[in-house]
Amino acid sequence: MERHTLLAEELSAGYDGKTIISDIKMSIPEHKISVILGANGCGKSTLLKTFSRLVKPSGGQVVLDGKAISSIPSKQVAQIMGLLPQSPVVPEGIRVTDLVARGRFPYRQLLKSMAKADFDAVEEALSIMRITDLADCSVDELSGGQRQRVWIALALAQQTDILLLDEPTTFLDISYQIEILDLLKELNRKRNTTIVMVLHDINLSARYADHLYAIKDGKLLAEGTPREMIRPEMMQQVYGLDCMIIDDPISQTPLVVPGMKQVS
Amino acid sequence: MKAEHYPTVMIGYHKRQKHYIKVTVILLIIVIIFAALMMICGNTVYSPKTIWRVLSGEEIKGAVFAIKTLRLPRMLAAILCGIAFGMAGNTFQVLLGNSLASPDIIGVTSGASVAAVFGILVLGLSGSAISLMAVVSGLTVTGLIFLLSHGNGFSNARLILTGIGVQAFLNSLISWMLLKASEYDVPSALRWLSGSLNGVTMNKIPGLGQAVLLAGFGILLLNRHLCVLQLGDAHAVILGINLKITRLLLILLALIQIAFATAVTGPISSVAFLSGPIAARLSGQGKSNMLTAALVGAVLVPASDLVGQLVLPAQYPVGVVTGVLGAPYLLFLLLRMNKS
Repeated sequence: MERHTLLAEELSAGYDGKTIISDIKMSIPEHKISVILGANGCGKSTLLKTFSRLVKPSGGQVVLDGKAISSIPSKQVAQIMGLLPQSPVVPEGIRVTDLVARGRFPYRQLLKSMAKADFDAVEEALSIMRITDLADCSVDELSGGQRQRVWIALALAQQTDILLLDEPTTFLDISYQIEILDLLKELNRKRNTTIVMVLHDINLSARYADHLYAIKDGKLLAEGTPREMIRPEMMQQVYGLDCMIIDDPISQTPLVVPGMKQVS
Repeated sequence: MKAEHYPTVMIGYHKRQKHYIKVTVILLIIVIIFAALMMICGNTVYSPKTIWRVLSGEEIKGAVFAIKTLRLPRMLAAILCGIAFGMAGNTFQVLLGNSLASPDIIGVTSGASVAAVFGILVLGLSGSAISLMAVVSGLTVTGLIFLLSHGNGFSNARLILTGIGVQAFLNSLISWMLLKASEYDVPSALRWLSGSLNGVTMNKIPGLGQAVLLAGFGILLLNRHLCVLQLGDAHAVILGINLKITRLLLILLALIQIAFATAVTGPISSVAFLSGPIAARLSGQGKSNMLTAALVGAVLVPASDLVGQLVLPAQYPVGVVTGVLGAPYLLFLLLRMNKS
């Protein structure tokens, strides 16, 4: 496991001349799970996309291992940092292993076929995601939860020490959400992979994250451990939500219980 | 490679690789058979022995003209154009992730044709000048289609619809130029409506061959990039691809193939559109199947030409036969698209 540092320095970005995130300073904690929280449209996805080079910063820069990310050859970055984007395209009829094997692209040389290291990486990725049995299935025919595991396996086959995930649990049933997050936690504990993800569910974030970032109107409002961050005042600020915080009886992490309007 | 060299989960992967190679080899053999048939069959049937003797330089009375001047360039053009349309079509379809995004449906081929027709009928040009015009015009039209369909962010569906509109407009331009052309030019101009191998001469083959094979080689080199682009822009960037340059390069190479082929035979209908999906059916879906698509094209054109020349009661240009194949498939795709 190599050490890698990922920073945002006064980062601003947006689309079509509109600024979505501005002046964000972040230092991603190494070997930890960080979750970016914020209301819809606050810029949390844009922030993740800027980290992963999908969106060009309009100001500031992303710094990987002390160098501006734009100055590092893109295949080299691809060996350090992976991303699970929000809506990847499944090529019609593709089989699980064939799809996961595409994660090996940054390591492969022109005209050479897959080497042993490539096969091993694919095999390991499938086994970490527990989809070895599905190896020869057509991805079209899988359930949403299984499909999401296939996409994460592709990112794992890329063998990066940093993994970014843009809402990996959206559209999944609650049991699949837990399953995906458990697998990511296992990955983080066993392989020391630094994980940064955008999640919608505050309570799940509190349960799985080591570190939380709160984004509001494109700015970094606060950061800290779940215990420091998940407080009624903060929820009011970030989401405009009245709530009470109790302890999650299972994980002993903070649990948000939203307030109720009196309906007569 | 032996089974113990790779993990068991990869057995299926290797089976599929082997199947792909098998299909490619079988297609290659079929291409060679059709090429031979194109040399053998015609008004007079020549034995393979006679053809071999003529091709190796012997002067056999009567046979030399038919074989060297008529059949050889026709056969070579059929195969090269088949490769060109098959690969270029497949490149567009895989890149844009939709079978309907074939260059002969979204106006790219028409963009090349319109310049070729203009060059031949109005400017009286010939040879490489036509090909060059076709490439430039094809690029311009493609750029225009991309630009028009950009709107609020890129959408494949919008691209296809815009392309179909542009296609209709360009085809009417071609028809108009054909109507205005002198009567003498009309038979030769006919090929611009559906594509034909009639009147292909040997002097056009070297240029066509170089362009099609070199561009084809380039596309094959970028095949793995194409497979990553298939997963969407985000994955392409994250796996380390320079999105804009790679996409542009692939489109440019496909256009070169289309433009050079179109300049020689006209837009042979539906070959670009059909080759990719047929290749996928034969050698497995979910891959780019570039080599098989090229070979399917190289089977479709000679086979259709043989049908058009020998099987049907009257002689039809090859594009009419391939067009008949393409129409039902297009309807099938449109119906299926409406359903999902």
